[in-house]
Amino acid sequence: MKFTLNGSEHTIEADGSMPLLWALRDVVGLTGTKFGCGAALCGACTVHVDGTPVRSCQTALSDVEGKNVTTIEGVGGEVGTAVVTAWRKLDVVQCGYCQSGQIMSAVGLLSENRKPTDEDIDAAMDGNVCRCATYQRIRAAIHEAASNLA
Amino acid sequence: MHIIKPADYARMLERLAPASANTATLAAPSRRGFLKAAAAISGALVIGVRLGPSEALAAAPTDGPMPNAFVKIAPDGTVTVLIKHLDMGQGVTTGLATIVAEELDADWSQMRAAFAPADAQLYNNLLFGPVQGTGGSTSVANSWEQLRKAGAAARQMLIAAAAAKWQVPAASVTIDKGTLTSGSHRAGFGEFAADAARLPIPTDVTLKDPKDFRLIGTRLPRLDSVDKTDGKAVYALDVRVPGMLTAVLRRPDRFGATVKSFDAAAAKKVPGVVDVVAVPAGVAVLAQNTWAAIQGREALAAIEWDESQAESRGTTELLDEYKTLAATPGLNAARRGDAAKGIAGAAKTIESEFAFPYLAHAPMEPLNCVIEKTADGVTIHAGSQFQTIEQAVTAGIMGLKPEQVKIETVWAGGSFGRRANPPADYIAEAATILKAIDGRAPVHLVWTREDDIKGGHYRPMFYHKVRAGLTADGKIAGWEQSIVGQSFMAGTPFEAFAIKEGVDGTSVEGAADTNYAIGDFSVQLHSPKVKVPTLWWRSVGHTHTAHVVEVTIDELAHAAGRDPVEFRLELLKDKPRHAAVLKLLAEKAGWGPKAGAGKGRGLALHESFNTVVGSVIDVAVVNGQIKVEKVVCAVDCGIAVNPDVIAAQIEGGVGFGLGAALHDEITLDKGVVEQANFDTYIPLRMSEMPKVEVHILPSANAPTGIGEPGVPGVAPALSNAIFDATGQRLRSLPFRLEDFKV
Repeated sequence: MKFTLNGSEHTIEADGSMPLLWALRDVVGLTGTKFGCGAALCGACTVHVDGTPVRSCQTALSDVEGKNVTTIEGVGGEVGTAVVTAWRKLDVVQCGYCQSGQIMSAVGLLSENRKPTDEDIDAAMDGNVCRCATYQRIRAAIHEAASNLA
Repeated sequence: MHIIKPADYARMLERLAPASANTATLAAPSRRGFLKAAAAISGALVIGVRLGPSEALAAAPTDGPMPNAFVKIAPDGTVTVLIKHLDMGQGVTTGLATIVAEELDADWSQMRAAFAPADAQLYNNLLFGPVQGTGGSTSVANSWEQLRKAGAAARQMLIAAAAAKWQVPAASVTIDKGTLTSGSHRAGFGEFAADAARLPIPTDVTLKDPKDFRLIGTRLPRLDSVDKTDGKAVYALDVRVPGMLTAVLRRPDRFGATVKSFDAAAAKKVPGVVDVVAVPAGVAVLAQNTWAAIQGREALAAIEWDESQAESRGTTELLDEYKTLAATPGLNAARRGDAAKGIAGAAKTIESEFAFPYLAHAPMEPLNCVIEKTADGVTIHAGSQFQTIEQAVTAGIMGLKPEQVKIETVWAGGSFGRRANPPADYIAEAATILKAIDGRAPVHLVWTREDDIKGGHYRPMFYHKVRAGLTADGKIAGWEQSIVGQSFMAGTPFEAFAIKEGVDGTSVEGAADTNYAIGDFSVQLHSPKVKVPTLWWRSVGHTHTAHVVEVTIDELAHAAGRDPVEFRLELLKDKPRHAAVLKLLAEKAGWGPKAGAGKGRGLALHESFNTVVGSVIDVAVVNGQIKVEKVVCAVDCGIAVNPDVIAAQIEGGVGFGLGAALHDEITLDKGVVEQANFDTYIPLRMSEMPKVEVHILPSANAPTGIGEPGVPGVAPALSNAIFDATGQRLRSLPFRLEDFKV
């Protein structure tokens, strides 16, 4: 199975029906993408496929053949840097376990919409659960990143 | 009345310590001797003196010179604080490092943190007795003096080393932001790290006057923000050990059932599956990767369970039983005056009932750990919250001494109490699996979300019945409260010491010891036996008692025609700390006349873990539905070590409490849990999170708890706000506002 992962070509030996989440974590060895529910209900496993946020627990490895996959380890560029910088400036994290997925969803939102309203943030981020409830800071960090991108 | 005191924990441990060669290590010194040692402090230094040959040094996650058991200064000038507690998001790595940095006069940029190895003597929780463990919001509180002294000792040693090298009087050497200076001499810590480590550890150190604090009380960046935003932070789920197999476990549907027989043939045919073994908790499938293990478990066939000892009641039946029990006399948890007589003679009375469901903790990182055999025992990699207990449990299973069980503590993806449990459930499962395969490969036991939601160890169901009366002039004439719910401590090794005359102090904390001056007062407790395993859940007994007390106080205030703030202040005349929190809260929230049509405002004030939190919640009626708009909190937690981390804990506590107030609920049908994942056990999401504002009272007192105290006031403040907006009282949890039409 061939695909581009964080900018470089990868060929991995695994059953095409294996969810991308487990292929990344257990076969490739990139553990920044997290397992939270296994059912696309929490967003902890969010990665980008061709620039669009997807839940890797519900994406079969065969679905990404020939595509561009970006994980938290590959976040960069103008939007990615703005998001990560804002997350650190506002000390968003608590346990931090969901934050890879939160950041991937936030980068996805800001890549499409440089000036999101609170309602836009609700719509883009409601699929990402944080049991520490860092939501207020996530919202503030997205606005902070947006203002730095303007 | 019996509320658990720290001394009880020390006694609990004596009971827990296994009859092995290590008993002497585990046995509790007397509480008095213990306090004396801690006060002498030199907790860190007295202990640190013994550090040289100790295994702890070798096992410490960092090498190099080390002034004492808590502070390591490396030649590159970095200062690593060894963290004896688990950081599950509450920010203790940052908070504890701040305490050391302050006394050391370090620069914040040179501070690092590393989890300490498991060692019940070196790294014990001073409020638990000689147990290394994290809970009860004690991390900063029990470390405060210990780490101040450790930092001050390291500072004194650096100064002595510099004075010797520079041949100047020690009194001429100053330290500012990590730089030592004397006359024209200047150097960083690294230059003297090796020399300082060779010096005797001072037996007497001078601590700073709090008015000279420069780091404590300021906003310092969290030490974990970088690693938790680039995917590098390692949680137990990320631990990779060569040759490791991933295990998932099929557990019974009903608590208390055991496996009778199963057919592993189909599971073994799943590519990647290596073995299938029966263990006391169920049937384990071991595979080369997680996906194969999960598929293998699905392929397990013909599992027969012995349900003869299993729980078969549903929550409806349990609640009916609880209601019946509540109407009968229970055990006295608190009794003063004559509550019944007071209520009988009251001008007005209120009667109410409150039901609380089982609650799962549902930390974002599902429970998991890695266990591997080593030359002299086993090593566990886990977000370990109860190191000493996990060592004891694992040693018992593996036939080892507790000190042969090494624990590598890593970041935990949330806990909310779940990772600290007396039977060490998931650690014990992993150990039994390792034993079942004769230790031939390291085992990574992984729970799925379904395993987590269905896995028990819930906050118990509770039912309260309350009667209270008012005199003609609006004073409380009497208060009777009956509480029904499974004991948190029964069935654990702690039972004999935690439960006094049948009353589990954690079941009634926050009610039996209310701070309100109520003369004729009675709290009774029933602790029925149910086979659903239960556990503390962020703020323990306060999760239910604060709600009942604060809603009832609000009802009484309204019945008396009194303002809820004034009514409470009158009951807190002898509690200046509580009154101060309430006054600040009222001021910051702009407490006053009603906000207007379609708006509501509610209040709660509660003490837990020695911290007082007041909460005001504003709600609005939007299209016939209640929307939680804003929460203002005032907090007295003693000296605020890192005010931003404290604010984060209150913000998060509000969200956690709101999730429980609105959605969280585990129900059982004929003993089978009806929820499975986040579609049925509903977490709070972004769109439901209100604005949260946190105000911290200035204080000169030692720090108190902060991880849990933000939670208890949320549900009652919300209930009181909804009453203010609509005139309707919502008492039982969860409120399910989606079904509530105004």
